[in-house]
Amino acid sequence: MSGRRIVVTSGKGGVGKTTTTANLGAALALRGHRVVLVDADIGLRNLDLVLGVEKRIVFDLVEVVEGRCQLRQALIRDKRLERLSVLPAAQTREKEAVSEEQFAAIVAELAESHDYVLVDCPAGIEHGFRNAVAGALEAIVVTTPEVSAIRDADRVIGKLNERALPVRLIVNRVRPEMVRSGDMMSVEDVVEVLQAELLGIVPDDEEVIDTTNRGEPIVLDPARRLSAIYYKIARRLEGEIVPFTSFEPRFLDKLLTLWKAG
Amino acid sequence: MEVRETEFAVAPPVPTPLGRAIVVTSGKGGVGKTTTTANLGAALAARGSRVALVDADVGLRNLDLVLGLEARVKHHLLDVLEEKIALDDALVRDKRSETLFLLAAAQTREKEDVDPEKMRTLVEQLRERFDYVLIDCPAGIEQGFRNAVIGAQEAIIVCTPEVSAVRDADRVVGLLPNTFRPQLIVNRLRPQLVKKGKMLSVEDVNAILRLPLLGVIADEPDIIIATNKGEPPALDPASLVGGSYRTIAAKIAGEDVAVPEPREKPSFFGSLGILFGGRA
Amino acid sequence: MLDFFKSLFRPQPSSATAKERLRLVLLSDHLSLAPDVIESLKADLLEVIRRYVVIDEQHADVSFEHREHEIAMLASIPIVSVNGDRPAPPPPTPIRAPLPVTTASTVTEAPTVTAPAVAVPVEPEPVQAGAPVAPVRTRRRRRRKRTADGQPSLAQVQLQA
Repeated sequence: MSGRRIVVTSGKGGVGKTTTTANLGAALALRGHRVVLVDADIGLRNLDLVLGVEKRIVFDLVEVVEGRCQLRQALIRDKRLERLSVLPAAQTREKEAVSEEQFAAIVAELAESHDYVLVDCPAGIEHGFRNAVAGALEAIVVTTPEVSAIRDADRVIGKLNERALPVRLIVNRVRPEMVRSGDMMSVEDVVEVLQAELLGIVPDDEEVIDTTNRGEPIVLDPARRLSAIYYKIARRLEGEIVPFTSFEPRFLDKLLTLWKAG
Repeated sequence: MEVRETEFAVAPPVPTPLGRAIVVTSGKGGVGKTTTTANLGAALAARGSRVALVDADVGLRNLDLVLGLEARVKHHLLDVLEEKIALDDALVRDKRSETLFLLAAAQTREKEDVDPEKMRTLVEQLRERFDYVLIDCPAGIEQGFRNAVIGAQEAIIVCTPEVSAVRDADRVVGLLPNTFRPQLIVNRLRPQLVKKGKMLSVEDVNAILRLPLLGVIADEPDIIIATNKGEPPALDPASLVGGSYRTIAAKIAGEDVAVPEPREKPSFFGSLGILFGGRA
Repeated sequence: MLDFFKSLFRPQPSSATAKERLRLVLLSDHLSLAPDVIESLKADLLEVIRRYVVIDEQHADVSFEHREHEIAMLASIPIVSVNGDRPAPPPPTPIRAPLPVTTASTVTEAPTVTAPAVAVPVEPEPVQAGAPVAPVRTRRRRRRKRTADGQPSLAQVQLQA
């Protein structure tokens, strides 16, 4: 039974693809699945950094493609989570070093020995994006509630639709107090504009910066607020129906907001 | 016939020195290149300079959106490069400023469609008519990056105080021609977090990048609201972030100003107001 | 109208502005990404219009304009004549004064702005010496200007281009 192959993409850079890939992957691993994370950002790799495995890289994806090592030699097993592995990108090469077919072949091979293959997609919709999507059978689109991010997400969703990939949406960096005051679009607004199925709502949390600095996915610390959020997303991904944490304004607030909006 | 909203009242080329072409880049996406390009452009134009902003993010354009000009864009970069439309017809004048113009990217084309040599020529043409040509570079280091860099002579590196951003910025600096003299803007600093040791400081960032520091901009919710409305904070006298951008613009223009660097507020020194970076 | 008064008393929250701008920008993006849809729309539109008027299809244009608060479709369709126009006058009596020579017999182009591609039922008119053949019924007769050397004027040539 082949594992699921999911690309995590966004169009816009900096909205949290890598953080999402790392934390979602870790959450799935903690729930007992064999997970491998693939960094498709050749030339500007960052998945290794976010997971804290940057010093343990021996081989990378490009070297696997070029046949200079076996795939399993390039995989880095996470020391904290035995079911989590990472296939790092090359840092000094370019995205054109790998073709879509080659990338798809690697993802397919990984899916044979893992329950989940999560591909961390680079920003943009060019070659790097096409590679990352090449091996995938599902997509998670990450966006923030800001106009540029949503516009880019829309473009990406269009491209994913062309390839008939099912798309699910994560809205990242939501600031409930700003939504309440009308200074930030709500998750409902975002979902309405993008017309996508909602997979998760992740509030803005300054802890993310700190944990990234230290290479420790937030999910490893159950005390952190975001841990529970990523767990829920993992469960939804598995197919469970999990209600969304209410970051939306309370009923009364909602009335006020509606009144203000006219 | 309906009068077109856009005005392309670009002065005819005069024998003045060529304008400065500066690429705004970072490597990492989402650190504030587009916001910086828009705001620096607006601030420079507010000082009276003639400024052209070029969105090199073909396929994922956003500079028009950040400036609130998305409804006015009729033609784009590739139309001009492929000589379907004259440059004057494609330049969109800003709503608020008479000397700020935008050349939007194409939304439905790809970065690979850009001919780098034609891009270089275009930037030269813009330098003949404008004091500043700011080029908004897309994320990454591939063709889009190369398109944006070609034709420029200077670079501004935008970096947030996060390990991934610093790493990517470092990579980009290595790819720029030596003559570019890149300068650094550290964006989205949260002084309180730096103090708690939860965020890299400006010194931490520059210990790795070792670039002349142009400015530091605080992470303020301002920016989100400004982007919602399409009104760059650099034109808002009340905005802290806008003030930082205005000071940076002055520095770019050659004024001897202190580098704006937001400090944790409130503090003993903060209450004196002098350290609220760049408040005009 | 109510919206206008509302906006006087309650400034619109920036999130609402953002959502509205996004709605328009995405619509505009989607339209530019679907040229085949626009082509079909144009074809269907012209088909409907042709039921009422004769049009110059070569110069018909359908485009979309992104304005501040809406996206509008603009159609520019040159109209040549109205369908089912008054029938041509009955053939003239055999004796008929020759028409003033304002046209040269060498000029045979249609007097309309462009040569229409559509077939228009034409009543055959008796050809008279010195008179031009007018294959298309039009309401107006164009007077052809001639320059000193007897060539059709530039303006006329442009009209026929």
